[in-house]
Amino acid sequence: MRVEAKILLWLGLFFGIMCAVYWTWSMENAGGVMMFFGTGLCLLPGSYYYWWSRRMGPRAEDDPNATQESGAGYVDAFPGSSIFPFTLGMGAFCIVLAMVFGSWMLIPGLALVIWAALGGIAEGRRGGTR
Amino acid sequence: MTTTAHDIQAEAHDHGHSHAEHHGPRGILNWLTTTDHKIIGLSYTITSVIMLVIGGALAEVIRGQLANPDGHLVTMAQYNQLFTMHGSIMIYLFAGPFAFGALANIIVPIQIGAPDMAFPRLNALSYWLYLTGAITMLLGFFVTGGAANFGWVGYAPLSDAIYSPGAGADLWIGGLMLTGFSAIFTGVNICATVFYLRAPGMTLFRMPIFTWNLLVVSILILLAFPVLTAGLIMLYSDRHLGTHIYTVVGGGSPVLWQHIFWFWGHPEVYILALPFFGMVTEIIPVFSKKPVFGYKGMVFATLTIAALSLGVWAHHMFTTGVVLLPFFSIMSLLIAVPTGIKIFNWIGSMWRGQIWFSAAMLFSIGFVVTFLIGGLTGIYLASPPLDFFTHDTYFIVAHFHSVVMALVLGGMAGLYYWGPKITGYMLNERIGKVQFWLLFIGTQVFTIPQYILGLQGMPRRMAIYPNDPQWQDLNTWSSVGAIMIGISTLLFVINIVVSWKKHPAGDNPWDGHTLEWFTTSPPPHHNFFRLPQIRSERPTWDHNHPDAKALAHGKDAH
Ligand code: HEM
Ligand SMILES: [Cu+2]
Repeated sequence: MRVEAKILLWLGLFFGIMCAVYWTWSMENAGGVMMFFGTGLCLLPGSYYYWWSRRMGPRAEDDPNATQESGAGYVDAFPGSSIFPFTLGMGAFCIVLAMVFGSWMLIPGLALVIWAALGGIAEGRRGGTR
Repeated sequence: MTTTAHDIQAEAHDHGHSHAEHHGPRGILNWLTTTDHKIIGLSYTITSVIMLVIGGALAEVIRGQLANPDGHLVTMAQYNQLFTMHGSIMIYLFAGPFAFGALANIIVPIQIGAPDMAFPRLNALSYWLYLTGAITMLLGFFVTGGAANFGWVGYAPLSDAIYSPGAGADLWIGGLMLTGFSAIFTGVNICATVFYLRAPGMTLFRMPIFTWNLLVVSILILLAFPVLTAGLIMLYSDRHLGTHIYTVVGGGSPVLWQHIFWFWGHPEVYILALPFFGMVTEIIPVFSKKPVFGYKGMVFATLTIAALSLGVWAHHMFTTGVVLLPFFSIMSLLIAVPTGIKIFNWIGSMWRGQIWFSAAMLFSIGFVVTFLIGGLTGIYLASPPLDFFTHDTYFIVAHFHSVVMALVLGGMAGLYYWGPKITGYMLNERIGKVQFWLLFIGTQVFTIPQYILGLQGMPRRMAIYPNDPQWQDLNTWSSVGAIMIGISTLLFVINIVVSWKKHPAGDNPWDGHTLEWFTTSPPPHHNFFRLPQIRSERPTWDHNHPDAKALAHGKDAH
């Protein structure tokens, strides 16, 4: 975990320096603001990972001498299949089309999104599909 | 150190489910409900290749129009839609999704020994947003007023409601929002997969370069795409909600759009390019029978390119007169250094190897050469005085076509290399080689006349041009190149038909290095029945060649 964190932190540091140089030199705000938030977008998860990496030992995937057995066991539940991504996608599609073809398309759009949200949560509660 | 494979069942990850066979819905319902990264990746691959064919067809019409100085194939208004939609389809709907959605989706989890993407449902959602986004954008051709016609960069104020009324422009914006979110979700997914689902022993510095590049691409996606989406929302609001963010009239600033667009746009060109860099970095060592030359240098170069790519956007805006020329010029020139390291390392990987000129290898070498041409002309453009001279001429068109056609070459290399893994069957090598030569020579015949035309001052985005015999000849040559490229794409489709289920590939047809060659072709549901011990960046090679192991990689490995 530590290396992952460091990559983000180094990137953030680089962006931070670049942002400072650019903003003071150019006095142009649009780019300065975007670079500033870019810096934050690296430092924020980077420091979170770093904080975590200090609280846990190296995982099997961080250990160069790990054997395959050391990682055996439960990793996560992966769904076999689910209809809700499709429903949600179609809902988003209708909502975007509503921007162009009229707000009536919001009705099927929002209906699909709500169905996907409720169905997806219920599916998650059941522990996913097989 | 032992290299015997240990039995760990991928299915053991999926508790309570212990069969290699996956029992789910079949047929169309299977496609609609799947969360398997391999099926999603295949859908991405097929959809994006269809987009390549559509975008290519539009390009052939453009070149048909330009074959004569006063062509009458299309009207001027249609021409504007053609180049806009050609560029938009190629960048947003082909190159991007193909780069980080298609082969990446299939290969990245397998290369690190993961059973699937970290968020399989989110992965499926990415695909549906991409597909619907593509449909949304293409719907523009069927509405009154036609598709978007303000160039793929959608510059304000041309893209506002006064100069570009009509549904086509809004469909363009809507389609980009959908594909934008699709990209963001893919970025989240790849980051999480690489951070959390690596197999034991697969330390970051043992990951194949392809996976490394996709990790970095995902970080870039997360930095860049939200900016574009925000910019598009503001553009829509200018068009329909009466705001004046990009219009001078109400106190806004048109250049703001350019800042926002290119703050996404230049990282985007690396989001497009890095996955293809990764592909050829996998392919060249395998077909040279050598480990990759300078592994750490490659990783470092990728990270440096990513870091710099956030600080170069305004090299697209030199001629606006309001950007800090020295800063952007220096930063752009600096990118040539890590890119040079990569070219050097690719050559180093081939140096004194036993080179096997398979179709995949030929495409990879073609990629390196063509990308070098595009990169070198990029360095010229990074110098403001030269850019003032060439901006908005065919020189620019030639520059980025050298680059993006290199990506097409790299993509073909990837398809020939991983196609057998994905389908279980080989592609015909002879057709592949003919396809390569047509595509490679066609690309140069297509771009080199454009470089010359650009230097002579021919502006881009024009349906007609002065009747100068030399310009006419150069344009005709460029059109000939375009036809060669078109034929080569058709050959690819023919190859798929001809070699459909002919020659089974076996698990490891190329004597590959990385984990995807350890499992079956196609891999089972959740990818692996067992994994080898991972002690270097070439676990499959180590397993198959116990006497010629790659040097152990990573701190105190033994
Ligand atoms: C060494 C690296 C590169 C440098 C220094 C560079 C430099 C430039 C510059 C300065 C321009 C703006 C020219 C103008 O509009 O006057 C430009 C345009 C362009 N470049 Fe690159 N480039 C590089 C690599 C790439 C890559 C890797 C890609 C794509 C994957 C790419 C795609 C493009 C595109 C699409 C445009 C045209 C944008 C438009 O429509 O205005 N470039 N490049
Ligand atoms: Cu650029």
